[in-house]
Amino acid sequence: MMLDLNSFGKFETAWCPGCGDFGILEALKDALVKLNLEPHKIVLVSGIGQAAKLPHYLYANVFNGLHGRAIPAATGIKMANNKLEVLVTSGDGDIYGEGGNHLIHAIRRNINITVIVHNNQVYALTKGQASPTSDLGYVTKVQPQGVIDEPIHPLTMSIALGAGFVARGFAGDKEHLSLMIQEGVKHRGLAVIDVLQWCVTFNKKNNFAWYKKRIYKLGPEYDSSDKTKALEKSLEWGDRIPLGIIYKNGRPSFEEAYGLPKDKALVNEEIEPGKVSLALKEFL
Amino acid sequence: MNVDITLKIAGEAGQGLQTMGQLLAKAFSRGGWHVFANQVLQSRIRGGHNWFQIRIADSPVLAHSDATDILIALDDESVYHTRELNESSIIIFDSSLITYNPERGLILDIPFEKTAKENGGNKLMGNAVALGAVLGILEYDINILFGLLRESFQDKNPEVVQANIQTAQAGYNLARLKIESKKFPRLNKTNGVPKMLMNGSETIALGALAAGCKFISAYPMSPSTGIMTYLASKAKEFNLIVEQSEDEIASINLALGASYAGVRAMTATSGGGFALMVEGLSLSGMTETPIVIVDAQRPGPATGLPTRTAQEDLEYVIYAGGGESPRAVVAPLTIEDAFYLTAKAFNLADKYQIPVIILSDQLLADSYVTVDSFDVESLKIERHILSDEELKNIKNYKRYQITDSGISPRALPGNPYGLVVADSDEHDEEGHITEDVDWTRPEMVKKRNRKTAGLLKEMSGPIRYGPPEAKNILVGWGSSYGALKEAVDILNSEKEKVSLAHFNQVWPLPKEYFDFLDTAEFVCVAENNFRGQFAHLIAGETGKVIQNRINKFNGLPFSAVEIVREYKKLKNSL
Repeated sequence: MMLDLNSFGKFETAWCPGCGDFGILEALKDALVKLNLEPHKIVLVSGIGQAAKLPHYLYANVFNGLHGRAIPAATGIKMANNKLEVLVTSGDGDIYGEGGNHLIHAIRRNINITVIVHNNQVYALTKGQASPTSDLGYVTKVQPQGVIDEPIHPLTMSIALGAGFVARGFAGDKEHLSLMIQEGVKHRGLAVIDVLQWCVTFNKKNNFAWYKKRIYKLGPEYDSSDKTKALEKSLEWGDRIPLGIIYKNGRPSFEEAYGLPKDKALVNEEIEPGKVSLALKEFL
Repeated sequence: MNVDITLKIAGEAGQGLQTMGQLLAKAFSRGGWHVFANQVLQSRIRGGHNWFQIRIADSPVLAHSDATDILIALDDESVYHTRELNESSIIIFDSSLITYNPERGLILDIPFEKTAKENGGNKLMGNAVALGAVLGILEYDINILFGLLRESFQDKNPEVVQANIQTAQAGYNLARLKIESKKFPRLNKTNGVPKMLMNGSETIALGALAAGCKFISAYPMSPSTGIMTYLASKAKEFNLIVEQSEDEIASINLALGASYAGVRAMTATSGGGFALMVEGLSLSGMTETPIVIVDAQRPGPATGLPTRTAQEDLEYVIYAGGGESPRAVVAPLTIEDAFYLTAKAFNLADKYQIPVIILSDQLLADSYVTVDSFDVESLKIERHILSDEELKNIKNYKRYQITDSGISPRALPGNPYGLVVADSDEHDEEGHITEDVDWTRPEMVKKRNRKTAGLLKEMSGPIRYGPPEAKNILVGWGSSYGALKEAVDILNSEKEKVSLAHFNQVWPLPKEYFDFLDTAEFVCVAENNFRGQFAHLIAGETGKVIQNRINKFNGLPFSAVEIVREYKKLKNSL
């Protein structure tokens, strides 16, 4: 079946007009078309937040779970059926805040899923509180004196934890973001893609123009296999913000390390209750 | 019963109590004797005072006894057990290691370490001397112990095995020399074919394997960890994924993901971990994703007593979770029952697309009992999942189609005929997020809760034991069955006509299962908790209030004698 953007449908959304989420949705569809992934072969997993509504806006299997818990649900799905292409799409609050512990351990586990984080540096659905990535000094109604907690550096953290694929895209550059998603999906192991995204309603500081002025794409001269350089690059934030594959390595995925068969999904494995009779003999 | 003997090994953690206890228990189960063995442990790796007690009988035993016939005392604190001894009890200890002057019973002072060294062993083999001595007292076939020693030390060099065998034989001989009178029935003959010896964690794990469970994610927490440990040992053989997750929140969400994708999945924890799973439990209810959750209860609140037993989580697991959606709760009566109930839990979870909770506890999880066999063939795996053939004929597949039973046809993601959309938000029939409060929301609430009607028909009533015409009724639930059943035997032998109504399926509770209360004259509910949670549940569901309660909440299980004493107190106070 030849896929095109229409294969994934068009849906009415609950997003604000002009939201960065639209760019991410379009880039994702584009990547899925280019990867030739039919809707029934995909599972989109999300938590809670405006970003987490994305799976409802295209044709795919969906598991829209709990706030912060998209990664464990996605992991369980992939473990049970490695034939499915599993992508997580959720926000910075969901993945870096509420679900931070799961991200840490998912990176260690390195299962073959792709995690796309819509990072707008603000909690928008709850009307504008600080997120784990809000800049220092960022003023909100709950942080009237400005944010005093050091922001999470998601890319640095991921590289330090041993992630095999760490990239950054921008919601305003669909072509580049689509490429990041395609590379992330192709990567064997967990891929973390942090996507810079503006919020038209609640983040007046990190708006489209703010990002546009600062972002630049890493060129072919950049060596994404050098971990030390990658750590340095991942910390670049302020006047200039790099986009692209920051770090990549070939460490074994969970599937490879656990020894799961490549050709057969767990869900299709035989069930042999008769074997229990043999196991019982060991208790004599 | 002609034979009913309790052996107790008491000492500090790290002295090898568990190894000794398991070897002894297995020595008797192999000889065809009925065994019930349980451990009372402190939550520590070294020190403290712990014990492992083994009751041996010629007919089935399901609970411990308050009396100790043979005590192996390995530390000074073993004096604690003096109150369990009688004039004919035998106390084995080494006076060069501990000071112990029991007021009653017969002392068998054996120099464990010295004997071990004199017989080709080292001082670590003193325990083998003690084991040999116990068998010597009972004139038991020591070759069975030798066989077990060979199996458990098979990875070590043959000299170690031989040294253990020699030291055990030396202990046996010493006991034979010192104990002349026939204090106990001689157990020099076997009591039939070898029996299986297993604990409740293992039977739950085996029940899960028999039910075709392919996935367990859990975080280690006493007393639930044994389930994951056993399954890990069988993961390769049964094509099973065992994932130790970062926390219990991940455990349940991993399992729900796996279940959504189509495999039978479970998790296991204790009260504190269950608290972290509660939002996931609610997610199972909302997304109608089957899951089996084991709560191996320990006394709470909070961290409580990690290695002791309780029945304190009943109301908690029934009511936990935001919103309203059906669930089932089963509470195995015995270690054997846990096998069948686990298999049933998986079928209920799949049929009704709900969470099913197995309420185990430390008593069930860590005790060992003999089992003759399991009827594996009788178990049916009923998945209730649409096949591709069935899906092909459905025009517009809807995961949450409104139905009379409340159960919607379940497809798995990956099929080419219909997308599977699940959402923790309120959703429409297709599974997509909705805020339509006029029709969709109320219809979805009714649909989900309609499943209770079917579920009620699946729940079995109480196990009745004792004279059917008895007007005195003892009520219990879960793992206290062994003690309560034996209490009924004792009371009836004393001409007090009592029967037992014991529940192993505790939610939802069909009202008609309590009709027996209408004709009863004296009813008493016994539970391992303070508030009388099952009595509350009965009152809430049936309007029938039972005032007489026996509640024990110190972390130790009931004994039959204790139940009899409390029963009489209540009856006499009327």
